[in-house]
This record gives sequence, C-alpha cells and structure tokens, in this order.
Amino acid sequence: MSIKEIQIPVFLKRIFNGRKAVISIPYLWLLFLFLFPFIIVLKISLAQPVVAMPPYTALLSWGDSWWPTIQASLDSYLFLFSDSLYIKAYLSSLRIAIISTILTLIIGYAIAYSVARAPTRWRGILLMMVILPFWTSFLIRVYAWIGILKTEGLLNLFLMTIGIIEKPLIIMNTDLAVYIGIVYSYLPFMILPLYANLEKIDMNLLEAASDLGCRPIKTFWTVTIPLSLPGILAGCFLVFIPVVGEFVIPDLLGGTDTLMIGKVLWGEFFYNRDWPVASAVAIIMLALLVVPIMLYQKSQEKAIS
Amino acid sequence: MTRFSSFNVSALLLGFTFLYLPIILLILFSFNESRLVTVWAGFSTKWYVELMHNQGIKDAAWVTIKIAFISSTVATLLGTMAGLVMTRFGNFRGRTLFSGMIYAPMVMPEVIVGLSTLLMFVTLAIDRGVLTVTLAHITFSMCYVSVIIQSRMSSYDDSINEAALDLGCTPFRTFLLITLPIILPAVISGWLLSFTMSLDDLVIASFTSGPGSTTLPMKIYSMVRLGVTPEINAVSTILVGLVTVGVITASLIGKRQKQQLAQS
Repeated sequence: MSIKEIQIPVFLKRIFNGRKAVISIPYLWLLFLFLFPFIIVLKISLAQPVVAMPPYTALLSWGDSWWPTIQASLDSYLFLFSDSLYIKAYLSSLRIAIISTILTLIIGYAIAYSVARAPTRWRGILLMMVILPFWTSFLIRVYAWIGILKTEGLLNLFLMTIGIIEKPLIIMNTDLAVYIGIVYSYLPFMILPLYANLEKIDMNLLEAASDLGCRPIKTFWTVTIPLSLPGILAGCFLVFIPVVGEFVIPDLLGGTDTLMIGKVLWGEFFYNRDWPVASAVAIIMLALLVVPIMLYQKSQEKAIS
Repeated sequence: MTRFSSFNVSALLLGFTFLYLPIILLILFSFNESRLVTVWAGFSTKWYVELMHNQGIKDAAWVTIKIAFISSTVATLLGTMAGLVMTRFGNFRGRTLFSGMIYAPMVMPEVIVGLSTLLMFVTLAIDRGVLTVTLAHITFSMCYVSVIIQSRMSSYDDSINEAALDLGCTPFRTFLLITLPIILPAVISGWLLSFTMSLDDLVIASFTSGPGSTTLPMKIYSMVRLGVTPEINAVSTILVGLVTVGVITASLIGKRQKQQLAQS
C-alpha cells in the first residue's frame, strides 16, 4: 500500500514533466505534419490510379480473410522510367539547378563581399537592403520580370530606343529567362550565409598575407575563399535543393520546352489527376535530394553550435 | 579597410540595381493610365480604384490575412519551443531526427511538401480549406522561427538563468521572466518572417486549399496566367508597400531596443 502511494506522484510527475512536454509538442507536430505525409506519398506511389475519389487504389484490402492483402504495384515507377520525358525532366532540373547555383554564387559572393568590406556604419543598412526584397512576395518578384523580359517588354524597348539592337531579343519563355528568374529570386538566400561568414573573417589574416608579400588576388583565393567555405556551402545548398523542384519560375518565365520536374509533378497532379505517378515523381526527387539535404542539416548544426 | 573600394562600390551598385529595378518598374507601371503595361500614358490611380471593386481579390486578401495571422502565431509558439529544445535541452532520444525535421522543410522543394501534406489530409479525410492551409503553413514556418531562436540562443548568457533557478525560480517562470524578454526581438522577427511567408506562399496553398479558401497569391497567379495587367501591378504595389513598412518598423524597434540595452 505504501509503495503505491509513492508511485502515483512519481507517475504523475512523469506525465507532467515540463521538459518532456516542451520536447514532445513540436516533435509530435513535425512527425505528424512533416514526416508522416512522406509515408503516405510512398504508399500512394505504390497504388494504381482509378477514377474515384480519392483517385487511387487502396494498398491494403480486407477480403474474406482476417489478414489484409497488400496490393502494391511498381507501375508508376516503371512508367517514369519507360517514358523518356521524366528522365529528361530530372536531368534538366539538375542541370538548371547546378548552373543557376553557380551563377548565384558568383553574383552573391561579389555583393556579400562588398557589404562585408564596407565601412562598419554602412553594413547594417546595406544588409537590410539585401534582405528587403526577400520579404516581398516571391510571385510578385517573378511577375515583375515578365513585363521586363517579354518581346514587347521594357528591356527590348530600352535597348531598341538607345539603338543597341534593331530586332527585339527573344528572352521570355526560354531557359535564359528561367536562369534570370532563379538568380534574382534566390540571391538573398546566397548572400546571407556568405555575409555571415565573410564578416567574421579576421582582417589581421589578410594583412599578414599582404605583409608577407602575397598579392591581393592570391590572398583572396588562398585566404578569403577557404575561410568562407562554410558560407559558400550553406548558400549553395539553400539555392540548389529548392531550385531542383522549382515550379513558379519555370511555369511563368520558361517556355514549353523548359523541362523541370516541379512543373511535371504539378501537371501530373492538377491536370492529369494521376496521383500515384505524381507521388512516384516526388519520391524519386526526394531520393535525389536526400543526400544534399542531410549535408545541409549537418552544416547548419555545426554553424549554430 | 574602412573605405569603399571601387570594386565594392560597383558590385553594390550593380547588385542593388538588379535587386530593385524590377520592383521599382512594377510599382511605376501600376500608376499607368494605359492598360498596356509597357507604354507610359500618364499618371493615374484608376487601377487602384478598380481593385477596390474587385470582390474576388478582397475575399482572397481576407482569407490570406486570417491564415497568415493564425499560422504565424502558432508557428512562433512551436518554433520557439523547438529552438529552445535544440539549444538548451542537451541530448535526448531522437534528437537527430528532430533536427532533420527542422532543417529539411526549409530547403525541401515546395511541390513535395504541398503534395505530401495534401495526400495526408485526403487519407485522413480532412476537408480541404482554411484549416488545412493554416496547418501546412505552421509546419514550414515553425522551422524558420526555430532557426532564428537557435541563432539567438547561441549567444545567450546562461548564468542569468542559473542565478534565477538557484534562487528558487521554477524553469517555466525563469523562461517567462528572464529568457523571453531577452530573446523577444528574435521571437518578433520570427513571427514577422512567418507572417510574410504565409502571405507569400503559392505552391503549398494551391495543393492544400479547397473551395472557399483561395488565397491572394493563388488569385494573383491565376490573373498572371491570363497576362500582365496594371491591376496585378496595383495589388503587388500594395503588398510590397505593406511589407516594406512592416520590415522597416520592425528593424527600427530592434535598433531602439539594442540602444536601450546598451545604455542600461
């Protein structure tokens, strides 16, 4: 009897343990609304499309027996690999993501470096000016480029007025427009981690290099770049991973021949209503991105601790 | 090096021109008399007047603000908890998975997040609408809040918390009376970031919304697909203006708080 009296308060204390509650509330939220959905996507990618609501077959079915029969089919995956459209779309997404990450890195590095080397009292306002466009709507920023890039748009109007070109340039609905849109939209994601890293570099190291006779260009390549490597990596992950699955930019600025897997997934889901194929597209995209995502997580954890 | 070098000045000028020119042109042409977005035909505010009579846009704006307000508030609460767990709770079982679930949504392509969240709602037979969009927005926003809190906590002095605990303050009261006031600017910027991200989201909302929960980005997207019109420019200008005022006010508040801390 006495043992029970002691046990109950301990048991209650365990339930109302503050530490556990603070951990488990956000933990359960993410498990339920972020991780669990991926299991459902995996499940539906193994189903077959049917004309019903929801438009796919059940994975488990209870027939006469008490044990459910599993009806998994790899049809959706086989379909993805039999139609060259999907493989081309994956490869083209990776190509566009790699090229635009490099472009963003070069432009972003020049801006981040210049902000980090600006007089101290200017840095705050310059950084603020870099971040401000990032707060305004992504869709609006992409939309703004349509008016500039289209054939009768502002860029062509300007270039023709000052007489550089006679015929309008065709940029809108090409891959070039997609690159411009991606670099423009993702630039702040590159600049912020780069700046955070460049700002911390001890200027004495650069002075030491120049005192020992190192030329500025060489100092840049052998001292500044290696020291800013964590920032470069973080920025590249922040651009590369989401760009692989980008939908809005290729949809609004790209042409019909701009193949990107995010657009394909959107089309399978909203226009073809083939949920199993859309799920399979998502699962393979996830498989391609899981290593970069884990590397990104590692680099972020290291940066914060 | 405390002066601008010529390379730095030209990089900044070119960079800021690239970042700002499209937005400035967008704003400029929202005041254009002509329906043609590229031909200037004189100053006019008629597109704003027309906007005021567009019930579809007004409804969408209201839905969007409701979703953004609720989702950013809940996301700030959950994200602050997650940020504290990551920085102050040491090791616990499943920490790696937790950290993965915080960082992955920030880079995960939106189409994947949108599709998977929607399929879960369908599987659980939850009707799509304002609620489902809000739940999806909370999930990605809380990760951003948690990262902001984590980076704030990395420069947080633990000795003040220890002092409070030594003097018999409970952990919860210590958080409320000591930690929260100190990290409040980070909490506020987390809320603001969540709010604007929810206001902004097109892809995840398109997947998870149902009839009657068309958000403003979805409305703008369907208008953009039909072509460039001064009306879209006008609604964009209003959004850009609101966000700019909000961000500048927030940063001024943050600056004043820093100055007050420095003085005291």
